[in-house]
Amino acid sequence: MMRVEHLVKTFGEFTAVGDISFEVAKGEIFAFLGPNGAGKTTTIKMLTTLLKPTSGRIELDGLDPVKHQNKVRRLFGIVFQDPSLDSDLTAYENMEIHGVLYHVPRAERRERIESLMKLFEIWDRRDLQVKKFSGGMKRRLEIARGLLHTPKILFLDEPTLGLDPQSRNQLWTHVKHLNETQQVTVFLTTHYMDEADRVAHRIAVIDHGRIVAQGTPKELKEQTNADSLEQAFLTLTGSSIRDEGADAADAMRQIAKMWSQKR
Amino acid sequence: MSTIYILWLREMKRYVRSRAQIVASLGQPMLYLLALGFGLGPVFQRSGQGSYLQFVAPGVVGMSILFMSIFSGIGLLWDRQFGFLKETLVAPVPRLHVMLGKALGGATVAVIQGSIVFVVCLIAGFRPVNISSLPIAFLFMALIATMFTSLGTAIGSVLVDMQGFQLVMNFLVMPIFFLSGALFPLANLPKALAIVTRLDPMTYGVDGLRAALIGISHFGIATDIVVICAITAVFMGLGTYFFSRIQL
Repeated sequence: MMRVEHLVKTFGEFTAVGDISFEVAKGEIFAFLGPNGAGKTTTIKMLTTLLKPTSGRIELDGLDPVKHQNKVRRLFGIVFQDPSLDSDLTAYENMEIHGVLYHVPRAERRERIESLMKLFEIWDRRDLQVKKFSGGMKRRLEIARGLLHTPKILFLDEPTLGLDPQSRNQLWTHVKHLNETQQVTVFLTTHYMDEADRVAHRIAVIDHGRIVAQGTPKELKEQTNADSLEQAFLTLTGSSIRDEGADAADAMRQIAKMWSQKR
Repeated sequence: MSTIYILWLREMKRYVRSRAQIVASLGQPMLYLLALGFGLGPVFQRSGQGSYLQFVAPGVVGMSILFMSIFSGIGLLWDRQFGFLKETLVAPVPRLHVMLGKALGGATVAVIQGSIVFVVCLIAGFRPVNISSLPIAFLFMALIATMFTSLGTAIGSVLVDMQGFQLVMNFLVMPIFFLSGALFPLANLPKALAIVTRLDPMTYGVDGLRAALIGISHFGIATDIVVICAITAVFMGLGTYFFSRIQL
């Protein structure tokens, strides 16, 4: 379903992703783990047509995201690290716009919006403005929205960041259920190792722009003689803390945080 | 088409729902209208130029449209990191349609806001000399709005952080307003100022509005329209180019 060969992305002198290769099979849940600044989000951006690779090959369902941008875009749904809902609009309106943008025919659109919102338990709040939603509800809405155009692949970039354990648990239950019933291939990143251990079929650990280990959670633990995935992860990536220089997006995240606390 | 329409509709809905913002954005134009209109009125009158309120009202209407348009464009900066824009950038639709929907929405909102300010001017005592040329006034409002949402889109697509926003406000938007002749007549200006005002695209917008509303024009309506259309084409080209190059 997804094949990446010798993928490289450099920004000037800085190598964000340096020569990574991996494959994700159809119906698989694949987790991409790594410390801050390891190159996870950059990779997702390249896979989802938002960033052009410096070199290397990407294939999603046989298509190259650089050459067949629009076909590839129809193929996947994505939940970004930062929220991407319009908080002044209602949940239903957010779904509706997505349906129009992805050319889902009107009758089918209504039907799918209803069934997805029911599945993710937000149908009762469909006419509520998104700004009145809790963090967990917003995330569920984003996933429901990402699935509206029946994508074959679902990208989740740190979907549980900032959620309480209950919401996290519920979110992964939904994702697993979807994967099992509809064979949606899931590509996810997270900082919570227990989550990856629980939901992912296979894991790639990325550090400094390179894949340092790949395999099932069990294989990774055996490989490093660790009891938990967290321990395996620390063995693989070392325990030094990565202090990224804060970029413009981080600065804006700070401001966003301030504002959301005031409200 | 459906993409442009749904994104335009989105801007409308957002505008209608942000009542507090509508009221807040009336504050500044009202201050200019009342403080300057009545404050400078006697001086203006004594120098034989007639009523300053009459003179400044078209400028204030233009100003509210200018600010509203540029802000809606610059809103891209926020929207692409925390907002809905990202969602539209991975959708299987041409970037140009996304940009047009958003820009047309922003322009429409600016015209509505300008109309509200126009009504406020009427309440304050402003009287257009010729009711039949009101459609021309609206044409100019629409032209100003389109011109500056395009400029705003171009700026919003290249800016990377909030500091840049301050810079744009102080060194671009405020000068565009103050040097446009919105507040003073263009006749008999010192040479340097005369040149600068002629380089300011807003000058032609304000001149056109004034022509339609109070029958006084420095350049003539035809010149105003031609200049604005030409500049709008340039800004739109820039907006489209930079918007299509947004990478996240």
